[in-house]
Formats: sequence, structure tokens, C-alpha cells
Amino acid sequence: MSSTTSLARQDLATRDLKVVRGGWPSLAGGGVLAAIVVFLAAAPWFVFSPGDVTNLVTLFALIILGTTWNLMAGYGGLVSIGQQAYIGAGGYGVIKLADVVGLPIPVAVVAAGVVCALLAIPTSFLLFRLVGGYFAIGTWVVAEVFKLVTQELPGFGGGSGLSLTAFQGVDRVTRIATVYYLALALAVLVVLATYALMRSRVGLGLTAIRDDSVAAASLGVAVRRSQRLVYVAASGGAGLAGALIAVNGLRVSPDSMFSVQYTAFMIFIVVIGGLGTIEGPILGAVIFFALQQLLDSYGTWYLIALGAVAIAVVLLAPKGLWGLAARGRYEVFPVGHQVYPQGSPQVAKSVDFE
Amino acid sequence: MTTLLEVDAIDVAYGDFRALHGITLTVAEGETLAVIGANGAGKSTLLKTIAGLLRPSAGQIRFDGHNVSHTPAHRRVREGIALTPEGRRIFASLTVEENLKVGAHGRRPGPWNLRTVYDAFPLLEELRTRRGAHLSGGEQQATAIGRALMSNPKLLLLDEVSLGLAPVVIADIYRALPTIAEKGTTVLVVEQDLTQALTVADRVQCLLEGRTVLEGAAAEVTREQVQAAYFGVDASEGREAG
Amino acid sequence: MDWINAVLQGLLLGGQYALLACGLSLIFGVMRIVNLAHGVLAVASAYLAFWLVQLTGMPSFLTIAIVIPVLAAVGYAIQRGLFNKALRHGELSPLLVSFGLAVIGANLLQEIFTADSRKISIGDLSTSSVELGDLRIGVFSLITLVVAVAVIVGLQLYLSHTRIGRAMRATKDDPEAATLMGIDERHMYALATAIAIGTVALAGVFLGMSTQFSPTYGDLVLIFAFEAVIIGGLGSLWGTLLGGLVLGVAQTVGAQIDPAYGVLAGHLVFLVVLLFRPQGLLPKAVVA
Ligand SMILES: Nc1ncnc2c1ncn2[C@@H]1O[C@H](COP(=O)(O)OP(=O)(O)O)[C@@H](O)[C@H]1O
Ligand SMILES: [Mg+2]
Repeated sequence: MSSTTSLARQDLATRDLKVVRGGWPSLAGGGVLAAIVVFLAAAPWFVFSPGDVTNLVTLFALIILGTTWNLMAGYGGLVSIGQQAYIGAGGYGVIKLADVVGLPIPVAVVAAGVVCALLAIPTSFLLFRLVGGYFAIGTWVVAEVFKLVTQELPGFGGGSGLSLTAFQGVDRVTRIATVYYLALALAVLVVLATYALMRSRVGLGLTAIRDDSVAAASLGVAVRRSQRLVYVAASGGAGLAGALIAVNGLRVSPDSMFSVQYTAFMIFIVVIGGLGTIEGPILGAVIFFALQQLLDSYGTWYLIALGAVAIAVVLLAPKGLWGLAARGRYEVFPVGHQVYPQGSPQVAKSVDFE
Repeated sequence: MTTLLEVDAIDVAYGDFRALHGITLTVAEGETLAVIGANGAGKSTLLKTIAGLLRPSAGQIRFDGHNVSHTPAHRRVREGIALTPEGRRIFASLTVEENLKVGAHGRRPGPWNLRTVYDAFPLLEELRTRRGAHLSGGEQQATAIGRALMSNPKLLLLDEVSLGLAPVVIADIYRALPTIAEKGTTVLVVEQDLTQALTVADRVQCLLEGRTVLEGAAAEVTREQVQAAYFGVDASEGREAG
Repeated sequence: MDWINAVLQGLLLGGQYALLACGLSLIFGVMRIVNLAHGVLAVASAYLAFWLVQLTGMPSFLTIAIVIPVLAAVGYAIQRGLFNKALRHGELSPLLVSFGLAVIGANLLQEIFTADSRKISIGDLSTSSVELGDLRIGVFSLITLVVAVAVIVGLQLYLSHTRIGRAMRATKDDPEAATLMGIDERHMYALATAIAIGTVALAGVFLGMSTQFSPTYGDLVLIFAFEAVIIGGLGSLWGTLLGGLVLGVAQTVGAQIDPAYGVLAGHLVFLVVLLFRPQGLLPKAVVA
């Protein structure tokens, strides 16, 4: 994943500097992650029980949720507390697409994600009239509207919801395996796509927003367009996650799918892991998932602890656990650049050009 | 004359960038000191540090006989330090009179109140109900100085009073300075514009890139010396003072 | 006649929303913080009053004298201990911190008081009404509306004419310049939050006297308060009053069409305002 980038327009390039993205430590980190993915792909055959496999789908959905929420908040500066709108839409959408339209499950899941991204376009025009915290609550209102409308729509099961019937007649192992591999593949794809987006021109612009709101404000329209792109992409991701949750759990209800608790989870995952990094949300999702498996029986106390830890991290370690661990020097997914004075790479200083 | 302010070898940095290098400065009670220097010399940094908005990384600030280096800015107002910041920073949604009243928030006993400020700046009384956002530059500057006086400071720090104002307006504002000094307030003016500063000051101190390059009685320094120091061209006779 | 009645009931309901919303409006107005723990604090106030009545048998209205100062102190502490620190890390952090508080608060309430619905008893007052021709006006709703107007007028007067109120507005305009006036920015912010949460406490107790509440009720409170603020226009307390009334009317008229549409109609009016008049109905005259 290392590439030597030429910086024709940077005056630094006129000096003897070598500019590198990542370098071998990132390659090594990438290798480890790839190995984990391969392990996860092979694991159902010899390690996990069907129950574990179903649980892991939740982890993959959380990784998608964390990654896409971070894309909005960490890179786009858009704090949404209403992504449950698309989680719910994705969940209901996949059931309709599979049961009514008759799409095969994997296609239906992806299509549900696309539908959510499309829904996010008109919604963004409404919500983007609000900024900052008001944008946040606005997204929640939209989620409530999605929920109330879903409840009222004929054929959506009202307050009690819908069950997925497309899997009827499919044997349990095939069903679980289908959902597992689908979730794993989508989680990997979403992470890689986010990474690609952040390395693109859009990503560079967004990092500028994150780092300098004054400069960003002067960019105006272009920034708005990038933010919209990110919002739409992240909503598509939330839709995918919702669809996965639905096909994994086999049923949806308005109160569970449109629950603001998903937002609490996403915030926790991203804040704990590290806002504005690709690695952070993955780490955060794993930690969150582990805590959930261990402490779920403590119910409310568990949520109280989550809230307290999230506050502590925001105040004391605003870069999250990944930020603490990597101290800004190490990236598995190098988005910034490293600058090495030629010939003496050991005194490398990390510089973000964005 | 007793010493009111003693700035003792302070260093001030913005992150990695050091803006002041061991600046030393004293102001005696009742005198008017002018700190001059080109844009970026560190004048505003110096005033903000005296007012407590910035913390020196080394050195000490003593005011009225005791160390205020660790006193937060809002309490330095009660000690008697008032800063009229660069760009005036008038409260835009407040009227002129409200701006003045806010200036009295950390008020000490003394001669300045709404009445005496209006007497010193008659213009402000006419504008009492106008909002800060709708004032011209000169009106803002008068409000800013009046607002600072409302706290009855022992030391008034004026940062580039003349910046962006028409010469007549500048003259008007400078005309009020002797009244202020008469009422017992010591004044430290910062200017890029030498002429004005030299007319009101008893002493001048010239900064260049965060260091003092010239210091002396206003009457004694020559224009040539000041110009040399100001632009940093070789002025060996000026450097010995810093 | 049903429709006129719906509008009238909506106005009365709107008084409650306005009362709930003015704290949100104030905190945003002074500090640009959107306090997501707003709803939870309102519900916590209702629980505190409920618990006081249970414990001591004191008259329900008297609890206000305890709940307001307690919550104001909590507000002061939250601002000093958390929000002021969070503000240093940028605009995102206070939002995240307040969300964390909301999660903690709702779950703590659940842990302490269980998920059961409660209501603070106000005896006959909850059913007494005055007749106006064919229309019936609930006395308690009327009191709530009057209190809401009084609180908003009081806040306006306080901000306009007192030393602290002026200092708050100055701090809002330019915190650093305010510091140069001898104003302690952190204390001023904490006072603003204390006052705001004090109004939330009052609103919360009134809420608990008029409706069944449970630990998660704060979510709805936050959303309604927020809608009232946006419909009315950011940064304007009079706007917030108007916004509350509009929201109340939207909900009762919606419910008149179909009981299931009440809340939804409120949301839709909010979205319509956002679409056609994003600055709100009564935006503050913007100063540069
Ligand atoms: N907030 C800041 N962050 C970083 N550097 C600053 C900041 N303010 C001033 N500087 C730098 O410090 C130096 C001195 O600035 P300043 O005190 O404003 O100079 P003056 O008032 O003499 O024009 C300048 O090089 C300026 O670029
Ligand atoms: Mg300056």
C-alpha cells in the first residue's frame, strides 16, 4: 500500500525530500488485517459454532456502521444521530426486496443499501439547511418520520413489523453461511471503499474541513458537495448494515430497527476507536462487540458505563484508543503522507499536507 | 516614579513558533510608553501576554508590585490592567452603552463612569443606542477605549488604535489620551505608525521579530534610529539598548 | 367546532413545548452547544419531583422550589466539569459529551425508577377546566402556558437588563473580548447553563404533572423542544414561544385527522418550515 507520490505543486518537493504514503509498517499492518480476514473466512469451517457465526454478523454490521458514521463525522464533520433512519429502511427494504420482489438475498441486501443511498439524496437537501448540533437533531427527526411512516404504510406490519420469508425452505447451515459471508464481504468492501474515498480528491478536501474549518468555510460549495457525497455514501452503508441485521435476525420491527440506540453504539464505536481514522472504528467495533458479549447481561449498567467511557474518551483522549496506541505515527490505512529527508529515513517526521 | 509594570525576559510561543524572545519592558506609573514595530514584530503578542490572554513560557510579569504571571486574564482586569485589543472587538449585538456597561463588569473604584466617558468622547453619547455592528471604525475605536476605561484601569494597553482609520479620526482619538493620563491612568500604546506614537509617548521601545532593538526617551531617539530599528537594517547604535 | 377546539388545545399544548424548549434555545444561543441531554434532564426533574412527593408527601407544586435549584446546580456542574472542557476540543465534542450524558441519564433513571410510567399527582387540577362557550380549557394547561410566557419574558428581561445578562450576551458575541472586560467566560457559561437547566427543571415538573412519563420519554422531549426552537428561529426566545405553539397546534390538528398522525404532523410541519423558511418564523435580527 505504499506509493511514492510526486508533489509537483508543493514547494517542498524542490527540496531533497521523499514523500511516502504508509511505507512498510502499513504494508505489514495491511498484511495482518488481510490474514484476519482470511482467517474469518475460513473460521466457520472449523472454529465457530452456528451461534458464534450469527453473532459475528453483528460485528460485521457494527464495523460497517462505525466506518460509515466515522466517514460522516470524522471526515465530513457531519454528526448524525439519525442514521437509524437508514438502518430501519435497509432492514424493511431487504425484506420487501427479497419477499415481494423476489430478489436473491445477497442482491436484495445490496439493493437495500442502494435504496437507502438514494433516499439520502432528497433528505440531504432538507437536512443540509441545518448545521452542527441542529443538523444532528434534524437527522433524528427524519429518523422518527421514517419510523412513523413505516408504521403507517400498508403492508409493513404496523407496530409489530415484518418477518423475512425468503429463507423459508433453505436449510439452516446454508442460510447462516450465506449471511456470514455476505456480511464479511460487505464489511471488507465498505472499509476498502471508505479508504479509497479518503485517498481520493474528495477525501483530501474533507480532511481539510476536519483540520481547518475556516479554510473549509471559504471553500463553500465544494465542501457542501463533498459532505453530501459522504452523507449519501454513509447512509447507503447504514442501509447495508440494517439489511444485514434484518436477514440475520429474520425479522424487523419499527421500535428495534429505528432505535436511537444504534446511534449510541455508533458514537461509542467511533469515539472509543478514534474519530477520523480508518482503523479506529474497526478497533472500536471489536471492543464494543467484545464488551457487549461480556456485559450484555448487566443491561442498563452496561449502557451507563458505555456513556461514561465515551465521555471520558472525548475529554481525555480525543483521538481515541487508536490515536493513543498509534500516536499518529502509524497507519494501517495511510491517508496522509510521510515526509522523509532523503537518505535519513530514521528521522522521519509525520506531516499531513492536507 | 514607581514602576507599575515590569515585564521580565518573557518568551511567548504559538505552538512551535516563538513570537517573543526574552522581552523585557518596564512602565512607570504615569508615563506613556509606545511600543512600535513592523507588522508581525510581536507587539500584539506582547500586549495579550500582559493582559493574560497568552501565557509566557519563560519569564515573569509583575504588576503593581506583585507577580501576575499566573493570574487569569479576567482577574487581571480587577488588578487594573485593561486592553483595547487590535481590531477593537466591539460586542456586535450590544449597543454602545451596553458595551460600555460590560466594560464596567470587572470595575474598580475610580474616576471613570458612563458620564466621564461620554464627556471624554462626546460622540459616544449620541451613539448610545446604536449596535456595535453598525458603528464605523472610528466610532468602534472610541467605544473600545471608553469600554476599557470603564474598568478604571491603572494601566491601559492600546493596540494599534489608528489601524484603518482616517487621519482626522486618529487625531480625534489621540486628543483624548492626555485626559486619560491626567485622570491617573498609565498608557502603553502599540503602533505601527511612528508619528502618532511619538507625539504622545514619553518613551519608545521598538520590537523586531520578537526582540527589543531600540529603547529610549521619545525626545531623544532620532527618526533615523527608529527607522533603522523598525526595518531591521543595520543599526548598531540601536541594538545596545536591547 | 372540533377544529377550533383542536387549535385551542394545540396552543395550550404548545405552551408546554415552549417551556421545554427555552433552555435548549438559551444554551445554544449563548454557547452554540446543542445539549442532547436536554430531554433527559427534563424527565429527571419530573422524577425528582415525583420522588419528593412520595417521600415527604409535600404538595406537588412545592417540589419546584427544590427541583429548580438542584437541577440548576447540576447544570452548573455539567458546564464547568464537562462542556467547558469539551468546547476546547471543537464543536463536535460537546455534542458527543451531551449524548453520552443522555445515555447515562436515561439508563440511570431506568435503574432507579424502573421503566414503569409515572405521573405527578395534582389532584383535581388535572381535570378542572373553564368553559368558553362550547370549548373547554384545561386549567392546568392554561397555567402551563402562562408560566411559559412568564419564563420567556423573564429570561428576555434578564438578558437585556441585568449585569450578568449583558455579560452573557457579550460573551456570546466574543468570548475573548469578554475576558478582557473581567468576565470569567467559564463561569458565565456555567451560569447560562444553570439558568437554562433551571427552566428545564420547571418544564420537567410541569410535564410530569400533565403526562405519564418514563425514563425514555426524554427522547421525545428533546425532539419536540428542538422542533420548537427551529420552527421559531434560532437564537430568539420569542421565536421559541411561537415555535412551541405552532408545533402544539400541528400535533393536535394532525391528531384530529387521525389520532396516529399527531406526532407525525408535528414532524412534517417542522420539515416544511425547514424547507421553505430554514431561518425559522421569527429569526433573531442577525447582526454581523
Ligand atoms: N494565533 C497565532 N498563531 C500563530 N502565530 C501567530 C498568532 N498570532 C500571531 N502570530 C505570529 O506571531 C508573530 C507576532 O505577531 P503579532 O504579535 O500579532 O505581531 P504584531 O502585532 O507586531 O503585528 C507573527 O509572526 C505572527 O505571524
Ligand atoms: Mg498586532
